[in-house]
Amino acid sequence: MMETAGGAVIIGASAGALEALSVILPKLASDFPRPILVIVHVPPDKRSVLASIFDAKCRLRAVEAEDKEPIEAGVIYFAPPDYHLLIEDTKTIALSDEDQVLFSRPSIDVAFESAAEVWGKSLIGIILTGANHDGAQGLKAVAAAGGTVIVQDPDGAYAGAMPQAALAACPQALVLPVDIIASYLQGIAA
Amino acid sequence: MTETFEKVEDIEIRLLLDALYHRYHYDFRNYAMASIRRRLRQAREQLGFQTISALQESALHDPDLLPVLLRYLTVQVSEMFRDPSYFQAIRDKVIPHLRTYPSLKVWIAGCSSGEELYSFVILFREEGLEERTIFYATDINPEALAQAESGIYDLERVRLFTENHRRAGGKTSLSDYYHSGYNRCVFDKSLRRQVVFSDHSLVTDQVFGEMQFVSCRNVMIYFDRDLQDRAIGLFKDALPRNGFLGLGAKETLRFSAHADAFRDFVREEKIYQRAGT
Repeated sequence: MMETAGGAVIIGASAGALEALSVILPKLASDFPRPILVIVHVPPDKRSVLASIFDAKCRLRAVEAEDKEPIEAGVIYFAPPDYHLLIEDTKTIALSDEDQVLFSRPSIDVAFESAAEVWGKSLIGIILTGANHDGAQGLKAVAAAGGTVIVQDPDGAYAGAMPQAALAACPQALVLPVDIIASYLQGIAA
Repeated sequence: MTETFEKVEDIEIRLLLDALYHRYHYDFRNYAMASIRRRLRQAREQLGFQTISALQESALHDPDLLPVLLRYLTVQVSEMFRDPSYFQAIRDKVIPHLRTYPSLKVWIAGCSSGEELYSFVILFREEGLEERTIFYATDINPEALAQAESGIYDLERVRLFTENHRRAGGKTSLSDYYHSGYNRCVFDKSLRRQVVFSDHSLVTDQVFGEMQFVSCRNVMIYFDRDLQDRAIGLFKDALPRNGFLGLGAKETLRFSAHADAFRDFVREEKIYQRAGT
């Protein structure tokens, strides 16, 4: 198993997620040194195809997270539909079917807050396009724990509400267009 | 500063869980921490305590606080025929096996407020197996068990239950089984004829009989690895060779010490079969 001491990347996205993630994730090299957790709002009653889409598109392995799964560097974990995704101190996946938060399960806030506890200042939190306010409190928690916070430029986003809410909660966040977010992350690997 | 505080809070949480165990014999000490931490923070805030330690002091001295805390510590989210494809797979693939038995025992472990139980009873009635089956519905939370036994749900949830039942291949109309009024729906007491409700803990109690089917869905996600292994060990002991175990859609035996005791039966629905050992 690869070391995850280098921290982790967590990404939250909603409406327009597929396009934005398609700019970012396939750019990452096969030796990307951190795990990437992706929380996208997906309908609860459908099987999500996100993991298989990105597994085919990316040089990194993409999976739908399962409960108690050890988190490894260089793997993209998608939160499954109808479950919250949390992270244990042992760096394993913990799923939960607690109540929806802001009408969402998975909730970006819940996952980001949990990841902030585990990785602290070695976490990079990224909020992308979306039409609601989920993720704002979570990004704030990442910043409070000393992590790096990035928000997609609302002007270029498919839906600007989510990045705007994240910026309002977290004004110190780096504001970047998606292609620059991709290069930024790839820079970590270099 | 923040990091120091977080560690103090984790100490407080462990002390509170110890206190609940020693005072009331409810054992949450091996529950998955990330979710417990979140729910105890909610409890602390919503019940108006400054710290988890203050909550602990009240929990020790005020037994009336226990049922309130249990509501936070045990997650009560369920729906009838949740994941309809799971029930469809039971109907199509498991029921033909069960038909060959003269009598059946089905254990709904962690039945919470009963939605999963009624889904099973209705499915077994539709398949003509109800009369020869005893259903054991167990949970640690007495409030949840009482609600399961009452069979009363908010009427607004019934639309979802009905849609799930239809998608699960239901052969009858769900409305055959309940009557409604005052924004409630009450499920028919005939559905409970073959049901034994019982207080049972996967953490501290033992197996109570041989079962042909154990359904334990979205319960073990709240346990840590050791406790998951204990629970799966119980299911292993309860199931004879070729007995069935159903888990939640994103739960897996892959990381369990007992993985070898089971084989995939319907892989995509997390239905396992006890291997012969």
